[in-house]
Amino acid sequence: MGMSQKIAITGGLLADPALDAPTPGALLIEGDSILASGAVEIPSDAQVIDAAGLTVAPGLVDLGVFRTDKPAFHFGGITRAALMPDQTLPLDNVGLIREATRHGKPDFWVHPLAAATRGLEGKEMAEMGLMQAAGAKAVATGRQWIADSGVMWRVLSYASSLGLTVITHAEDSGLAGKAVATSGETATRLGLASAPACAEAMAIARDIALLRETGGAIHFRLVTTKAGFDLVRTAKAEKLAVTCGVSPAYFMLADNAVTDYRTFARLSPPLRSEEDRQATIAAIADGTVDVITSSHDPRGPEDKRLPFADAEPGVAGAETLLALSLNLVREGHLSVTALMRLLSANPAQILGIKAGGFTPGSAADIIFVDRDAPWIVDSGKMAAAAGNTPFDKMPVQGRVRRVMKGGVFY
Amino acid sequence: MSSVAQESTAASLTGRALFPHRHLLGIAPLKPWEIRFLLDEAEHWATMNRAAASKHDGRLKGLTQINAFFENSTRTLLSFEIAGKRLGADVVNMHAAQSSVKKGETLIDTAMTLNAMRADVIVIRHGSSGAVQLIADKVDCPVLNAGDGWHEHPTQALLDALTIRRHKGSFEGLIVTICGDVLHSRVARSNMLSLAALGAQVRVVAPPTLMPGHVDYLGATPYHNFDAALDGADVVMMLRLQNERMDGAFIPSPREYHALYGLTPERLSLAKPDALVMHPGPMNRGVEITSSVADDLTHSVITEQVEMGVAVRMACLDVLTRASRGVEGWT
Repeated sequence: MGMSQKIAITGGLLADPALDAPTPGALLIEGDSILASGAVEIPSDAQVIDAAGLTVAPGLVDLGVFRTDKPAFHFGGITRAALMPDQTLPLDNVGLIREATRHGKPDFWVHPLAAATRGLEGKEMAEMGLMQAAGAKAVATGRQWIADSGVMWRVLSYASSLGLTVITHAEDSGLAGKAVATSGETATRLGLASAPACAEAMAIARDIALLRETGGAIHFRLVTTKAGFDLVRTAKAEKLAVTCGVSPAYFMLADNAVTDYRTFARLSPPLRSEEDRQATIAAIADGTVDVITSSHDPRGPEDKRLPFADAEPGVAGAETLLALSLNLVREGHLSVTALMRLLSANPAQILGIKAGGFTPGSAADIIFVDRDAPWIVDSGKMAAAAGNTPFDKMPVQGRVRRVMKGGVFY
Repeated sequence: MSSVAQESTAASLTGRALFPHRHLLGIAPLKPWEIRFLLDEAEHWATMNRAAASKHDGRLKGLTQINAFFENSTRTLLSFEIAGKRLGADVVNMHAAQSSVKKGETLIDTAMTLNAMRADVIVIRHGSSGAVQLIADKVDCPVLNAGDGWHEHPTQALLDALTIRRHKGSFEGLIVTICGDVLHSRVARSNMLSLAALGAQVRVVAPPTLMPGHVDYLGATPYHNFDAALDGADVVMMLRLQNERMDGAFIPSPREYHALYGLTPERLSLAKPDALVMHPGPMNRGVEITSSVADDLTHSVITEQVEMGVAVRMACLDVLTRASRGVEGWT
């Protein structure tokens, strides 16, 4: 297939993030980019691909994964992922960033996030500008909050001058300490070290206050509490460049999911109250949430088959990201095109990449989705590097049937 | 459920239905009549331990009991060892300090090793909440929780309940005040659950920094003022304050703690005249309790708690091994 070969995807329902609702239509692709979408005339020399019965959507752009796990991403329809800097060697230098950008190509693109501070230690700024030149699309604080307000102030202002968004973990580290659960009935019953949920709002409030001074853009990778969403909502009304993300675990589960010390439900931030779970859904529905990320973090038994407090946090979320998010559409909280904004268009915009949508010139990363196809999550048979899902044995709907990356099927 | 209904439920049960649990991991999974059943069984052993010249009963003869203690303990380990030996079991103690745990072996591997040695009952203490359940899920024999993290210490709650019952007859309407570091205390958690299930009114009192949230869900009423919590109490149960919590992180100083939360004779006078004073040991004399209160035998039942500990552990070892020993009605 030559680069100039045109491909027409016809007969499907287009889930264009720029539109209010999915519409029947065709997608025209030339080389690795989208040429046109909607009511387009199909050139006679185009290769026609029939998508009848399927929803045609932009490939998912997963903003904040901890491991490049191609089989899981392929299963989940994720064609690009922003890799967190928390790797064996923190992504705090040019060489590691450059290497990470090459890691998945051609069928999967990794967009490494540059560590905001050297070694992710929260003390000295890393070489953000050079890492940007090497391919970093944003800056991240990693799994940790930067506790020193002076450091965070300088990180925000410096990143702002480079036009890089700072992706941060919103949990006040002094309050969270060694907590492995949110304070509440479950933590008390199980005897787990816990911290009040306001650790999140405190972190968000400080970072927004700093952003007012520095300008630039901040993205709270995971917001999980009502108080946190309220702060983001207010900042958006103020026209500050504040965005936030969620992961399906936080709109599907509350803290009682760790009963019986289920380490697959040990997350960071920890699962919250039922009230906060409902606030998460409300924030998705009213547009406060910009991004849904898998937070993909496959962890084997050596990290998870341990006493709860000793286990590592994290979920293998890539395979279930789309199916669990489609629950929100089925329950009427948002349209499928609005969902694709959260899964594809918005994360692409935050990273500043031409992907995640159907506008001409956008990357031809396309997924073919059977939205109603039923399947059962099975932690023993996952494509991911490990089966640490809290959704084991859960029936879900929505399967990706084909994945196209840059105009090529894989 | 009313206590009358509970009694009738228990009365209609026989054999394994009286205690249908494979393990004793905590008080939380137990029904009130199951707690009472264990107390009744323990009463028998308490009598034997006091009366008989020979304290031996051979019913666990030939069985191997492993006491796997991943956290230091003197009295609980000794109590389980004596209980097993009095029942005739071959008792082996495994101390974490001398084990491969320190060499990086995972808890699951340790559990599989203990299992492969064909233990008939394993008693486990571990510093991490939920660790005992994790091991119990992997072994073929009954597991007794001798304390896991801040979670539960069920035999302590049972021995406390037995001690109270022997003095007060029943739990209905009793006011029990538990004072100390409730946040980090598995003894407090198990006691809240057990005493509330048995019908007592449980008050817990602690500085706010050492009080977990939502203790009301565990059946207790929280207090921060010790004097108020002592008013009319039938039982005053003091908890040990760990040395490492005294350094300013949770309380300003041991002497301030003593001033606000120490049990003195003056404070004790706020409780009922016949109030019992209890402590799970080891005591910090002069911090949470003054020596004059600890040693006042008109109130203090602290040594009797230790005595009942052996009886309760004998009862638990006996009941949990009935299925494997082929006791009629328990297989």
